[in-house]
Amino acid sequence: MQSDRGIFSAEHIISLCDLPVGKSAVINSIQAEGMTRRRMMDLGLVPGTRVEALRISPAGDPKAYKIRGTVIAFRREEGSKILVNLKED
Amino acid sequence: MGLTHQSCGSGVNREIFQRGMVPGAAYVIALAGNPNTGKSTLFNALTGLNQHTGNWPGKTVLRAEGKFIFQGRVYNLIDLPGTYSLLAHSAEEQVARDYLCFGKPDATIVVVDATCLERNLNLVLQVLEITAKVVVCVNLMDEAKRKNIEINIESLSAELGVPVVAATAREGAGLAALQQAVAGIADGTVKTSPYIVKYDEAIEHCIRKLEPKLKELVGEQFNSRWLALRLLDGDETVIRSLKKWLAEGTRVRAAAGGEILA
Ligand SMILES: Nc1nc2c(ncn2[C@@H]2O[C@H](COP(=O)(O)OP(=O)(O)O)[C@@H](O)[C@H]2O)c(=O)[nH]1
Ligand SMILES: [Mg+2]
Repeated sequence: MQSDRGIFSAEHIISLCDLPVGKSAVINSIQAEGMTRRRMMDLGLVPGTRVEALRISPAGDPKAYKIRGTVIAFRREEGSKILVNLKED
Repeated sequence: MGLTHQSCGSGVNREIFQRGMVPGAAYVIALAGNPNTGKSTLFNALTGLNQHTGNWPGKTVLRAEGKFIFQGRVYNLIDLPGTYSLLAHSAEEQVARDYLCFGKPDATIVVVDATCLERNLNLVLQVLEITAKVVVCVNLMDEAKRKNIEINIESLSAELGVPVVAATAREGAGLAALQQAVAGIADGTVKTSPYIVKYDEAIEHCIRKLEPKLKELVGEQFNSRWLALRLLDGDETVIRSLKKWLAEGTRVRAAAGGEILA
């Protein structure tokens, strides 16, 4: 599988909003700034945290994620600012 | 500082109360925690009918206040709004934050959910940054047991550097131990050594530069490390709050909470 870190990398970085339902990934970084960033970090979204995409609303947005034992919904607008490391299997 | 003797803390209130002149509260105890951790349940279990509600001054945020008596002492319990954080500036978070920093309660109980401790510890660490007079109440222990979650209360207490008490507020379990721990913190017989978050050296350097200046401005009455951090955060609401509290005195007067029935 190709990735932006080269063919030898088994991991690649995607936006959380692009994480397919049923897959989990590990937070790489938060691109949001200011209060949105603070809010995300208060919800436990810090680098190294495992996130699972649980389901998608009928309209396609927002998506629900499981983070540290709690289900949290993010719109694409927010999810696009959270980068995650996705391991290929 | 222009502060009156009376506005300077609970010691004054307590003396008056013990002399029987004013039926006031001996100690002021704040109750903090994430939403849905059983804070209200605990508040009701501790205060029974000795409570009343209103709004926080200038906010549409509910304020519940009540009293309980433990070993002959009166404790005035203030239920702070449930929040995940003290830093993200919703009206609720500002109320809780300002009360902890400027209201200077004699002790603060932080209620945490035993079934998702990790998430709750964020708030615990934020509270510990403001005040050392903290008791952590790990609530919903029945739920944790049902989910086969074991919590090592002693080692949590050792890690955090403050007393930790397990409770099941809905069944009234752990309340006496909680009251005992709160009493020790409030009267100063139990000293804590809270876990304090250390930041990058660049930030710590700025804190060291800011703290002495802050102490010059506001004295020793507020936590200058925490104030320095907020200034570094570019947090203007905290400056407004500071001005307001300096003008009005260091303590929100506990409104009379009804007759004590106990
Ligand atoms: N199983 C269990 N449920 C509890 C306990 N304490 C509170 N609850 C329940 O948790 C829910 C939230 O409680 P509440 O006191 O309103 O939480 P608050 O949002 O922190 O004020 C309610 O349904 C309570 O009955 C407890 O110790 N065990
Ligand atoms: Mg409540």
